[in-house]
Amino acid sequence: MSEVMDLPGDDDDYTSGVVKKFMFVNRKAPHGSIYALEVLEMVLISAAFDQDVHLAFVDDGIYQIVKNQDPARVGMKNFSKTFRALDGYDIEKLYVEREGLEERGLTEDDLIVDVEVISQAEMAELMNGMDVVLSA
Amino acid sequence: MKFGILVNEGPYNHQAVDSAYQFAKAAIAKGHTVSRVFFYYDGVHNANKLLEAPQDERQIGKLWADMARDHNVDLVVCVAAGLRRGLKEENLAEGFRISGLGQLIEVGIQADRVMTFGD
Repeated sequence: MSEVMDLPGDDDDYTSGVVKKFMFVNRKAPHGSIYALEVLEMVLISAAFDQDVHLAFVDDGIYQIVKNQDPARVGMKNFSKTFRALDGYDIEKLYVEREGLEERGLTEDDLIVDVEVISQAEMAELMNGMDVVLSA
Repeated sequence: MKFGILVNEGPYNHQAVDSAYQFAKAAIAKGHTVSRVFFYYDGVHNANKLLEAPQDERQIGKLWADMARDHNVDLVVCVAAGLRRGLKEENLAEGFRISGLGQLIEVGIQADRVMTFGD
């Protein structure tokens, strides 16, 4: 189509297919079960499909993006840094539930990535506007 | 309506795969289409051909394989989640195929609804 190199997401014409609003809802702590890690794998793959990707962090899922994790001490891989690479995949819509953050005594400064902090009600509204919601 | 289904839990230990099966069966009976079922997390264990529940119990792998054959349902097991848990071509049950996570995103794009079964 174009002689210059087009990167996915550079313009609206690049994706001839359907673009849906995807939301990946992270509800679980980063370790203790594999859900968090395997959701992240889903998110990374979704980037290849030029979809409108959103990430939500609620409940213990908020712990996934807390700074200064050192899970190697319990034999687990530290994948929290991968969240910082997401903007390189054009995944920049990250939302954290305010109530969940406060309940855990955390603030935005404790998080490893830039996020938008929104209320539970706003989160519900946002979720309602999605085409595909995948959660774990 | 065209459905995609995501199964997130393994067999027998958890109800998720049974609920997914009952949902798919009911949807098909109502004239809907289930185009693909994607098995992820411990859900990959549902596709192990070595599963052998007592004879008077439901045979989960066979139920899915029969549905796939009769109603053209694509049963896809995630390759990465499968490898982690020792699910490979050599122990893959009939009716299932192994592929990538892209198959899940694809059905999300193509289907009218994606239903998740699991915790």
